[in-house]
Amino acid sequence: MIDFLKSFSPLIYRYMPYNPYKTDRKSWFSKFRNSISYPILCIFVLGFFGCGQNGPADVSSAAAKKVVVWHWMTDREDVFQELARQYESLTGVKLVFELFAPSDQYSQKIRSAAQGQTLPDIYGLLADKRDFSSFIKAGHVADLTLELEENNSAWKNTFFPNAVGVNEFKADDSYGVKPGIYGIPIDVMTIEMLYNKNLLQKAGLDPEKPPATWEEFMAAIEKLRASGIQGMVSGWVEVWMIDCLASNYAFNIMGKEKVIETIKGNVAYTDPDWIKVFDLFAQMRDNQALVPGVIAMINKTAEQLFANGKCAFAFNGSWCVNVYKGMNPDLDYGVMLPPAASSKFPMAVWGGAGSSFLVNDRSPNKELAIEFLKWLTAKEQQVFLANKTQNLPANKEALDEISPVLAQFANDMKYATHPNILGVSEFPVVIEALDKGIQSIIIGEKTPRQVAFEVQIIKEREMARNK
Amino acid sequence: MRINKSTLENYFFILPAVIIFTIFYIIPFFWIFQLSMFDWDGILPTKIFVGLQNFKEIISQDPSWWQAIGNAVYITLIALILQNALAFLLALACDREIKMKNFYRAVFFIPPVLSEIVVGMAWRFIISGVDGANIINRMLVSVGLPQLVHNWLSDPKTVLTTVALVHSWKGFGWGFLIFLAGLQIIPKELYEAARVDGASSWDSFKKITIPLMVPVIVLVSILTILGTMQAFALILALVGGEFAGHTSVPVLRILTVMRDSSRFGYACAQGISFGVILVIISFIQYRLSKRYREE
Repeated sequence: MIDFLKSFSPLIYRYMPYNPYKTDRKSWFSKFRNSISYPILCIFVLGFFGCGQNGPADVSSAAAKKVVVWHWMTDREDVFQELARQYESLTGVKLVFELFAPSDQYSQKIRSAAQGQTLPDIYGLLADKRDFSSFIKAGHVADLTLELEENNSAWKNTFFPNAVGVNEFKADDSYGVKPGIYGIPIDVMTIEMLYNKNLLQKAGLDPEKPPATWEEFMAAIEKLRASGIQGMVSGWVEVWMIDCLASNYAFNIMGKEKVIETIKGNVAYTDPDWIKVFDLFAQMRDNQALVPGVIAMINKTAEQLFANGKCAFAFNGSWCVNVYKGMNPDLDYGVMLPPAASSKFPMAVWGGAGSSFLVNDRSPNKELAIEFLKWLTAKEQQVFLANKTQNLPANKEALDEISPVLAQFANDMKYATHPNILGVSEFPVVIEALDKGIQSIIIGEKTPRQVAFEVQIIKEREMARNK
Repeated sequence: MRINKSTLENYFFILPAVIIFTIFYIIPFFWIFQLSMFDWDGILPTKIFVGLQNFKEIISQDPSWWQAIGNAVYITLIALILQNALAFLLALACDREIKMKNFYRAVFFIPPVLSEIVVGMAWRFIISGVDGANIINRMLVSVGLPQLVHNWLSDPKTVLTTVALVHSWKGFGWGFLIFLAGLQIIPKELYEAARVDGASSWDSFKKITIPLMVPVIVLVSILTILGTMQAFALILALVGGEFAGHTSVPVLRILTVMRDSSRFGYACAQGISFGVILVIISFIQYRLSKRYREE
């Protein structure tokens, strides 16, 4: 046997730095080249094959009682770390919170991890309901219905219904997912309008009585303009915020059922009610109700302008309480519903789960993860989170101990709706066309009617494509 | 064919590079090409084969894609003309015996080494009157041109040109360096001989500098086209996004389609189409310049 192996020696040594079978003398450069090249090659080869042994390394450490959480919430990172320390000292389970920001990059990371099946035990998902359903169908999300509904739905009942609703799939939904609840809200949000009390007073308006109707709003804008005060600001380069305000007014002008019928394709975007919605943006443009450059503005800039008293109104979410507190602690402002443009249907605002955590269905630490989420959403932890981050708690019981401005946001949860609870989703390209169309109205390039027709063409094309 | 030891050894040496190139370039390219023929949201394990449908949609049903291509071509044209003209003129100036020419060389090379995001944010601060210092408009007022004061970044008529100018400012340093290197390898004897023969400076420039610089001009032009057509980070920092389609460029479109619409297959098809467009443009430019040189 040994002789047999020895017979291969010349062949093996042929590719080794030193070859006793070789008689010719090599140059010093050749020796040097060989002596460093082979180790480098080995490193590459080992590194390459070593890469093949990846996989959910983080999630396979159940023996060490470690639960890994991925999130994008920079403002909550310190609080999460503090809560992780508390939980570990309480239970011995180590919580590893890993922050990936900004949110765009986080979204890409989650998708890549889903494709490579390397998602952590718990993760947040920034996606619409259609993508959420794809994650479930691909087996990346655990169904938490049993846990939420045990003991007469004790856990489920602690949450705002909308907060659970955005994570729930029902039997009559169009997503084709097994009915159930697939995520746990850790906080909630509403997106509303804010007004600067001092600026309203300066313009001769009642700071305790913000405009409730569209006419009052336009009149207020005129008075503010006369006093040299700018009207409303929002970060509308982030187009989803335009979509948010437009859908608020769609609910107000035509009601929820008609909005759903539009998404289903039974009502056209060229319907007069939709044109009325688009026309509100034309009116804001014509009355100079918006801060110049609003569609080239990120929301952080819009928040700075409002916090610094450069404009009277802002359209922003409840997360702004924490942001404004950081930018200008003395800012005196109130929260209001967007002024109603119609009395036919109630005004609606986007609201529900601000951030939810999902449990990886493939995680070996699923039970540990669920136990942690139960602890995280209990009243004590929710109060701690709310007070530290000024976000609305998902647990209703924690509302008693939050700041007055946040309480105003919480009160308006009764008007809250969200695209994720409608049971149907609009095609993303249609939403994009609608948002861009509204941007075009604001800069005076297109009329509401033009936008309506363009959106409808795309809607019909998408319906034909997805038949 | 007998492979001798030396050949085998050489193949062995290039193996790491071939492996890396294959893993990170060849395989992804073919994978993207394969994905471009599927309808896939990037999450589900199942993909629906649609053949060339995605390419057909790009060509005939996606005006926003062609608007993005048009915008990129506009920025590229400005960069080709303005950025390269500026780079060439400055290279000519620095090629002569002027004072502090090393200082100028260093200064001109600062913009290209800065991050696009940093440049975008700095220029936004300089230009914007909403969340910036409004320096450009203030300068216009101070030099007696108040009628030119404008919201440069929030007017659809000016936003793309503003982006193109900032991009040219950031990019001219590369062209400057390459042009300068090209000018420095032209033998000085040629100019001396021309001067002895009675040629003016303009004649020397036209008959010696330009013809000998053609390969360099082609190189810089191709690099400018490839770099500018793929620009997007600067736009994100400067304008924040697609500004109702006015600052939409192909890479931003691909990102939007992939991220917001969850159409990975379609985004891959856009990527392939965009790559083909870039190759065609570069090839045409190369052929034209080759013909010019031969003439």
